[in-house]
Amino acid sequence: MKKLLMLIAVFGLAACGEPDQVVVYKQGKYQGKPDTRPWDNEPLGLAGSGKWTKGDRASWENQIKTRQMTQNEDKRIYQ
Amino acid sequence: MARMKFLVDAERCIECNGCVTACKQENEVPWGVNRRRVVTINDGIVGAEKSISVACMHCSDAPCMAVCPVDVFYRTDDGVVLHDKDLCIGCGYCFYACPFGAPQFPQAGAFGLRGKMDKCTFCAGGPEPDKSETEFRKYGRNRLAEGKLPACAEMCSTKALLGGDGDVIADIYRERVLRRGKGSEVWGWGTAYGPGKPGAQPPAGQPQPTGARS
Repeated sequence: MKKLLMLIAVFGLAACGEPDQVVVYKQGKYQGKPDTRPWDNEPLGLAGSGKWTKGDRASWENQIKTRQMTQNEDKRIYQ
Repeated sequence: MARMKFLVDAERCIECNGCVTACKQENEVPWGVNRRRVVTINDGIVGAEKSISVACMHCSDAPCMAVCPVDVFYRTDDGVVLHDKDLCIGCGYCFYACPFGAPQFPQAGAFGLRGKMDKCTFCAGGPEPDKSETEFRKYGRNRLAEGKLPACAEMCSTKALLGGDGDVIADIYRERVLRRGKGSEVWGWGTAYGPGKPGAQPPAGQPQPTGARS
């Protein structure tokens, strides 16, 4: 009887426990196919299209930057 | 390079929908799907009407990427958010998560059957061989691989829509606002663009932009 009471007390106390119920967000990992990078392509080689060295990120970025600055018409008007 | 971003100047947008048309034409986007659209507020109220062109904003911490149950999203080295259509299950979680309504779902049949998600790719294609027929069919044209910028931004006749490296287009916009003397008074200017370059002053009578880069 005494053992039974002790067991009930132990289980009863266990019921007072407070397990952590906070949801932990875990960032998913991309499951799809790998993609190639834009600077790993050959330039089109057409008149007016950009020029960069295949595989050289810096030269591709220069090309993109030149292209971006054509959006700044203030530069074209006020210079 | 920082990250590829779009920036829309509401003072310049004339709601011509040229960006929408350019996107549709360049990427051969199917009927019913709009990767880009022009939103107008205070429509018809003289002096209060403003329009902006909205598409995927290629978020730095993209909610679509966080909620996707099959993890089809990835971010390129230039900060463009893309996805693999082969794995997409068309559940629509990304549509609910996106604050811009960027993810689109092709509708077919009387009951609106949901297809694979389609969205703006910043004209950067997808995870198929660059400039291939497969890539074009699934994701549209890969202009970045051709050394070009998105068609919508490059086609914008008033240059209201700017696209490219966030730092560069922010500089263009800052210079524009300081020159026209309007826009720097809006809330958040200082946080977004800082006090401006040394020596750059707004025209007389305009408030000096304050604050620092966050």
